[in-house]
Amino acid sequence: MATPLVVSDVAKSFTMHLRDGIKLPVVAGVSFSIRSGECAVLGGPSGAGKSSILKMLYGNYAVDEGQIIVQHEDGLIDLATASPRTVLAVRRLTIGYVSQFLRTVPRVSALDVVAEPLVERGEDRDVARSKGGALLAQLNLPEKLWALPPATFSGGEQQRVNIARGFITEHPILLLDEPTASLDARNRDVVIALIAAKKAAGVALLGIFHDHDVREAVADRVIDVTAFAAGKIAA
Amino acid sequence: MSDEPLLRVSALSKFYGSRIGCESVSFDLWPGEVLAVVGESGSGKTTLLNCLSTRLLPSSGTASYRMRDGQFRELYRMSEAERRFLMRTDWGFVHQNPADGLRMTVSAGANVGERLMAVGDRHYGKIRATAVDWLSRVEIDDDRIDDEPRAFSGGMRQRLQIARNLVTGPRLVFMDEPTGGLDVSVQARLLDLLRGLVTDLGLAAIVVTHDLAVARLLSQRMMVMKDGRVVESGLTDRVLDDPRAPYTQLLVSSILQV
Repeated sequence: MATPLVVSDVAKSFTMHLRDGIKLPVVAGVSFSIRSGECAVLGGPSGAGKSSILKMLYGNYAVDEGQIIVQHEDGLIDLATASPRTVLAVRRLTIGYVSQFLRTVPRVSALDVVAEPLVERGEDRDVARSKGGALLAQLNLPEKLWALPPATFSGGEQQRVNIARGFITEHPILLLDEPTASLDARNRDVVIALIAAKKAAGVALLGIFHDHDVREAVADRVIDVTAFAAGKIAA
Repeated sequence: MSDEPLLRVSALSKFYGSRIGCESVSFDLWPGEVLAVVGESGSGKTTLLNCLSTRLLPSSGTASYRMRDGQFRELYRMSEAERRFLMRTDWGFVHQNPADGLRMTVSAGANVGERLMAVGDRHYGKIRATAVDWLSRVEIDDDRIDDEPRAFSGGMRQRLQIARNLVTGPRLVFMDEPTGGLDVSVQARLLDLLRGLVTDLGLAAIVVTHDLAVARLLSQRMMVMKDGRVVESGLTDRVLDDPRAPYTQLLVSSILQV
């Protein structure tokens, strides 16, 4: 089976220049790979570096050491050293990401927020909107909210907009950062079904789920992040 | 990734006597990309913008621009007339103060139409129709077309300046603090408008701003400048969420949370 994402020996630390340059190690020796059609889950307590790993895989955090090899278009790319322009292309075509919080843009409607990633991939705006509408309906977001900018929505409503935005495209790799954190049971089940559909479509998924039931329902295996604790590796 | 950049900048420096304006700035800009240049007053970002737009000649370094025929031309070796032509047709420049980019005593329609005439349009009806279309795209009612910008609010003036710049279908737009001096609600409207136009038209833009929120909303890439030098550059969200340089960390930690 195809393995579109291979992470090897990745290390990350933060240097806080405003606090006398102290160095906060986050993770080291991170190595794993994700196959198409499986959903792997990053496990470990808060502060273990799960979100940091996800953010490095999306190019949102810089990588100190190691490689993140991604199958992109017809070749392999090392995200750890890729140019900003390459990272943007990878995000547009290869890696999707559902963040924990929606970053809202003033005056853009919920429907357009959802449709945007498809439009960026060259889809017709009306087609993208109708797909977005279908997803929002599936996630039980009342239709009267679709035309409104999500800035004033509740946490759960914003998260559903965010999920729809992340699931609308056919990215072969999808990263999920606690997509169900503020959802009720009914909508959690919708997300579980959406994830199952992605798996069936051959998408490689990597997620963080604090919700035990969701994790049980979607995880094919758990990657224990405490094994990558930066302190464990002798410097 | 085989396509070529629109603008290639290499080791660009500008000195004012012994004082540094900007030093050794290099980057490539591709079509459709928005690059934000951030830093505080005096960091050299406006000097850089003025050099790139050839309003100022650099002390050393090169910048080459891919013309519509696909050939790269060295900006600082062009004749003054060629540069002016580029400025009128292929480029736009949005000033912080709309009065610097508009003619305040001719009508809004004429402000937009004038740029069209500069590129050779002569048909009055067509020019007026295009002007009306552009005014509506920047959300100015068509019954204001014969009013002078003097009678417009700050936000309207800025939108008019944007219409004036974009009407000729430029490929590269320079913006100097485009939302500076506007009320927050007016800023949001303008940002949203700019975002939409940049995406729809596939424009490349270089936006100078001291406002990191503006940079986050508008740009995909960012350069942080201090004392004339680029101290950090990269994807906008990477620079803002994982700032590496001491100065960038200071900037990011100084943002007021709402």
